Amino acid sequence: MKKNDRLDLSYAQMKWETIFKRILIVMSVILLLLVIGVLTTLIIQSMPTIKTLGIKFLWGKVWDPVNNIYGAYPFLIGTLLTSFTALILSIPFSYAVAIYLGEYNVKGWLSDLLKNTIELIAAVPSIIYGFWALVVLVPVVRTLETKIGVAPYGVGVFSAALVLSVMIIPYAAALGTSLIRMVPSPLKEGAYALGATRFEVIRSVILPYTRSGLFAGILLSLGRALGETMAVTVLIGNTSAVANSFKEAFFGPGNTMASVIANEFTEADHTQYLSALIELGLVLFFVTVVINLIGKRIITKYTSH
Amino acid sequence: MANTVVSSSKFNAWFGDNHVVKDVTIGIEKNQVIAVMGPSGCGKTTFLRCINRMHELIPGATTKGSLKLYDDDVYQMNPIYVRYKIGMVFQRPNPFPNLSIYDNVIAGYKLNGLKMQKADLDNIVQKSLTSAALWGEVKDSLHKKGTFLSGGQQQRLCIARAIAMEPEVILFDEPTSALDPISTASVETLFHELKTNFTLIIVTHNMQQAARVSDKTAFFYMGELVEFDETKTMFTSPSDSRTQNYITGRFS
Amino acid sequence: MDARIGIRNTKSILFKSVIIFFAFIITIPLIIVLLYIIEKGVMQVNWHFLSHVPVPEGETGGGIANALVGSLIIVLMSSIVAIPIGMLAGIYLSENPGTKLAYYSGLCVDILQGVPSIVVGIVMYFWIVKPIGFSAISGSIALAIMMLPIVIRSTEQTLLLLPDSLKEAALSLGVPYHRVILKVIVPCGFAGILSGIILSIARIIGETAPLLFTALGNNYLSTNILKPMESLPHLIYTYATSPYEDQHDLAWGASFILLMFVLLLNIFTKLITRKWQIQL
Repeated sequence: MKKNDRLDLSYAQMKWETIFKRILIVMSVILLLLVIGVLTTLIIQSMPTIKTLGIKFLWGKVWDPVNNIYGAYPFLIGTLLTSFTALILSIPFSYAVAIYLGEYNVKGWLSDLLKNTIELIAAVPSIIYGFWALVVLVPVVRTLETKIGVAPYGVGVFSAALVLSVMIIPYAAALGTSLIRMVPSPLKEGAYALGATRFEVIRSVILPYTRSGLFAGILLSLGRALGETMAVTVLIGNTSAVANSFKEAFFGPGNTMASVIANEFTEADHTQYLSALIELGLVLFFVTVVINLIGKRIITKYTSH
Repeated sequence: MANTVVSSSKFNAWFGDNHVVKDVTIGIEKNQVIAVMGPSGCGKTTFLRCINRMHELIPGATTKGSLKLYDDDVYQMNPIYVRYKIGMVFQRPNPFPNLSIYDNVIAGYKLNGLKMQKADLDNIVQKSLTSAALWGEVKDSLHKKGTFLSGGQQQRLCIARAIAMEPEVILFDEPTSALDPISTASVETLFHELKTNFTLIIVTHNMQQAARVSDKTAFFYMGELVEFDETKTMFTSPSDSRTQNYITGRFS
Repeated sequence: MDARIGIRNTKSILFKSVIIFFAFIITIPLIIVLLYIIEKGVMQVNWHFLSHVPVPEGETGGGIANALVGSLIIVLMSSIVAIPIGMLAGIYLSENPGTKLAYYSGLCVDILQGVPSIVVGIVMYFWIVKPIGFSAISGSIALAIMMLPIVIRSTEQTLLLLPDSLKEAALSLGVPYHRVILKVIVPCGFAGILSGIILSIARIIGETAPLLFTALGNNYLSTNILKPMESLPHLIYTYATSPYEDQHDLAWGASFILLMFVLLLNIFTKLITRKWQIQL
């Protein structure tokens, strides 16, 4: 009796095994469908403007929904200016944190404290950064702008870039820290044995060794900056006109691809308008995805050898 | 033969294209301790893992030929049932770290969701731990997790876990190679007692261990079963020159 | 010769000072922001604040009850969707590392991780809002999609760290595969998986962009998931950009509450990994 019960149980269990394995596969397929679905929807919904404007959309300088003229150029500029400024501003700090946590102070309470604080920067929701900056930072920037002789908007690319630069530090810092910690000791010890100072070991052993990985960290930070919406929307001033000079573009209001979508999506009342906004979303999708994938690819190549 | 518990006839096993077990024919009798020895890569562990159908869990692993538990071909049976009937103890002790000692022993029941009376389970736990010579050392900490146990104790816990299922055969894959000498000795004394109720097949890298604990020994070399005989005979006057060379240390 | 070494040593010390300076100075903006939010926000929080909905412009009083309840409901729904799918997908990836499906779905996880949240929002607009209208559920699905990569990767990485011997031991006892995974492997990886889940919740609880065109907002306390629903980050966004001082106050209070939630979740994660990590 007992044998037959057990045997029956085993057969029932085999059936459930197969069901479970199939469920696992289905879940992974869902991921594929999600990505394909997102891409398809973006393409289909931007078809109207893709058909009418084609590639010229990307360098059209005028964004005038009232007269049905759409050009992405102002937002490309806004996005690039904001993101790259944020990136450049953040790099010294990200690298400093990475070098400190990766090499100078790897363990201990101070190291943990700094590490947790940096992680905290990433944990704070972006709308909170935006809100705070709107109330506290923008007036300061306004005063600065009057001092240097530009129109004192306060809001604009500069303010957005400042806040963004702080927000993206944790990404490159965390990645850089783990990469620097992975530098093999024999390499460093060899340099020390030859009489190198700490600085020289960092400069000539650690940094070259981690160079591509650190670059990947920058890419990931950049990807984060490009996709950031809320803090930027609140701070950037929301103007879709192209500025006349670099100074004006940098210190004056502008728009990024993400912020114009956030601001105007609900107002888009006709197909072309909506489609133009979706097309911006499509461009944003491609750019961020490509940058992220390249960054991740570099990291996997780096960590596997 | 009703007394032959495990037998194989021209049994082969592959890892992809790699032919690691070649035409092995063997008959193992009940209530004996069988040692399986041979140099690294000779196929002894692979053959062992075919007996309880663990081999096929590796992607690309295949088999051919007959391998029987009594009169039933193991490869025609339900694999889950096979593993219930044939227990295994591994090289590194692997008690479940998320379960208490008590739950570890009855893991074969608990993880399968088999509902049993507490009294029965208590009984099984005590019997199995006693047979594994571990009862005295853990009876007051049954509901603690086994992480404080030494390597030898953990291995005996794994043996108790296998015994609790009341299998026909218990397979041992180099069970003491990760243990210190004292723990090794404690495990080896178990083999002699366990064979009253079970048939033990022990793969070992250690010739002296094979000589110490087993009734019969099988010698594998390059995937083939070279010789299978009474242990005494194997070590004093083996028939095959390859066995002779292995025993005298020509290669290991 | 000594002079040269002296210069090199000085350079090294200088470099270290510069690094320390830059590394620690970056904590100052964070501290400033945190202190400011806490100072401005803690004054707003009282029982009235937590239990009442906002009042129309110009009036005083009001609270964020609609946003609190809304955030809770939306995040709960997202979790119900994202946690099972995420864990199961993570299990698949860790159990079948070489397969084509694992490669391509792993790629999709990386892609989803990089998609800007606003893009997810606009896609959900077409998938869910167009058919059934602005609704809490459309926002939840958008947030669930953002939770997925985090849950999947942390599940996958936690399980990959577990030794194969665990699975082998269970299988050799005649335990079927699904029970091995669900009763042995997943429980042993519990700490890592749970911290991944909590981190993903902490991430989406503050996300605004995906909700802009899905859940919208709602001045009233609603529990109807098929209708618009307010949420903490959305309320902060709406009132932060409004010209009324009273609404700013609400936004400060909401920011404080949101910040505390996020901080607590992050601290909780750290405690879990420390305390419940199963010794292998």
